[in-house]
Amino acid sequence: MNTWLRQHLAAFRRALRRLWAAPLNTLLSLLVIGIAMTLPAAGYVLLDNIKALGKSASGVQQISLFLEAGANRDLVRSTQDRLDAAVPGQWRFVPREEALDRLKSSEGMAEIVASLPRNPLPDAFIVEPRDGSPEALETLRETVAAWPGVAHVQLDSAWIKRFDAFLKLGRLAVSLLAAVFAVGLTAVTFNTIRLQVLAQADEIQVARLIGATDAFIRRPFYYSGALQGALGGLAAGLLISLGLSALEEPVSRLATLYGSSFTLHGLPPLQLALLASVGAALGWLGAQLSVSLAIRQMD
Amino acid sequence: MIVGSHLTKRYPGGYEAIKDLGFEIAGGDMVFISGHSGAGKTTLLKLMGAIERPTSGSLIVNGQNLTAMRRAALPYLRRNLGLIFQDQKLLFDRSALDNVLLPLEIIGLHPREAQRRARAALDKVGLLEREKANPIALSGGEQQRLAIARAVVNRPTILLADEPTANLDPESARQVLDLFVAFNQVRVTVIIATHAPHGIPGRQPRLITLDHGRLAP
Repeated sequence: MNTWLRQHLAAFRRALRRLWAAPLNTLLSLLVIGIAMTLPAAGYVLLDNIKALGKSASGVQQISLFLEAGANRDLVRSTQDRLDAAVPGQWRFVPREEALDRLKSSEGMAEIVASLPRNPLPDAFIVEPRDGSPEALETLRETVAAWPGVAHVQLDSAWIKRFDAFLKLGRLAVSLLAAVFAVGLTAVTFNTIRLQVLAQADEIQVARLIGATDAFIRRPFYYSGALQGALGGLAAGLLISLGLSALEEPVSRLATLYGSSFTLHGLPPLQLALLASVGAALGWLGAQLSVSLAIRQMD
Repeated sequence: MIVGSHLTKRYPGGYEAIKDLGFEIAGGDMVFISGHSGAGKTTLLKLMGAIERPTSGSLIVNGQNLTAMRRAALPYLRRNLGLIFQDQKLLFDRSALDNVLLPLEIIGLHPREAQRRARAALDKVGLLEREKANPIALSGGEQQRLAIARAVVNRPTILLADEPTANLDPESARQVLDLFVAFNQVRVTVIIATHAPHGIPGRQPRLITLDHGRLAP
C-alpha cells in the first residue's frame, strides 16, 4: 500500500474516531443535517409520485386515432405498420364493433344504439407513446394526423400541459428549497468542523512543529465533514422511508376508492446513494471552508 | 551544518530579537546557546527550527536557505529536525507511545514499522515500560525524555532543544543531558538553548553566548 493511500486511510480512521468520541454531538449534527436534507428530498419524492400518479391516470398521455368511416382492412393494416415504425411505445386497435359494444354497455345507451340504422363509429387506435412529454405528444399528433385514412386525432394536450407546468413549477420549488438547505448544510458542517478544529488546536500546533503539512492536518477534518454529510443523507433517506411507510396504506386505500392501483414509491437505492453523495460533497465543502479559515487564523 | 549570516529577526512592533548575527555550526557539533533572559536564545532556536522566518540575512540549515524557503517546503525541512521544547508540547489525550508515533504517522510510515521505531525510541530514553501511560501521569523528567523520544524517532540530523532541563531536578536534568550526549556521539548535531550551560564530564561543548540579539564579545 503506498504512502498516499495509507495517509488517507489513517485520516479516515481519525475522522471516525473523532465522530465516535463525541456521540451526542455527532448524533445531533446528523439529525440537523438529516432534517435539512429531508425537506427537499421529500419534495422530490412527492413530485415523483405525483408524476407516476399522472401517468397512471386514464386518458393521460394517450392519443386516440380515428380512421375514416368505412376504412378497409388494408388501411387498418397499413396504419398498424406505420404505428409500429413511427411510435416507440404501445398501441391498441379498437375495432368499430368493439367500440359499439362498449357504447351499448354504457348506462342508458343501449336503446339509443339499438335505434341506430348502422354502426356510426369508426375503427380506432389508442396510442401510448413512451415519451409522454407535451412536446413529443403534440409532434406525434401532427404526424399521425397527416397519415392517409386518418379522420381525426384526439389528444387532451391542455390537461397534459397544465400537469407538466405544475410538475415543472414543483421541480423549481424543490430545487430552490434544495439550494437553500445546501447552504444551511454547508454552514452546519462549517460550524461543527470549526469546533473540532478548536478542540484539536494543540494537536494541530504540535503536528505542524514536527513536520505535518497542511494537507495532513486538513485531511481528517475533510473526511469528518464528508462523513457527517453522507450519514446525514442516509438519515434523510431513513426519515423519508418512515414517512412513506406511514402514508402508504392510507394512500393506497384512497387510490382504490378512485379505481386506481396507485401505490407510493420511495427512494430507490441509486437515489439514496446520490443523496448520501450530495451530503458528503456539501460536508466536504463546509469542512474545507472551515479548516482553511481556521488554519489561516492559526498562522 | 547550520550557517547564519547577517541574520536579523524583527518582530511586528519593531523589536529586534536577533541583530545581524553571523555563526557557523558544523555537523555533529554539540552547542549550547546561552545568554540572559531576552538575549535571543529562543528566537535563534526558532529560526533554526523554521518556526520563525528571518527578517533579513541568510540562515542555511541542512543546505537550505530558510530566508528564501517557500512556506509549503517548511514541513519537509522540519522532519529532519528534532525539536524539544521547554514545555514539551506533549499531547495529553493519548498515550506516550501514540505521542512518539505522531511524527511517523505524518511521514506515512507503515504502522508496523512505525510501532517498532517508536518503541525503539521509547526504549532509548528508558520509557518503554511506560508506553501506555498518559503523559500527564509521567514525572517532569519522564515527560522531557518522552519529548526527546518524539524528537528523535524520525532520526533527525539536528536536535534543537529549548531549555530542556529548566524545570527538572538535578538527577532528571543529568539523565536528559546524557541522552543528548548519546545522540551527539552518533553524529547528531545537538543545539541546546539554556540560560545556564551545564558541565558535561569529559566533553567540551561549544558555547555561543548571545547578548541582546548579538554575539557576546
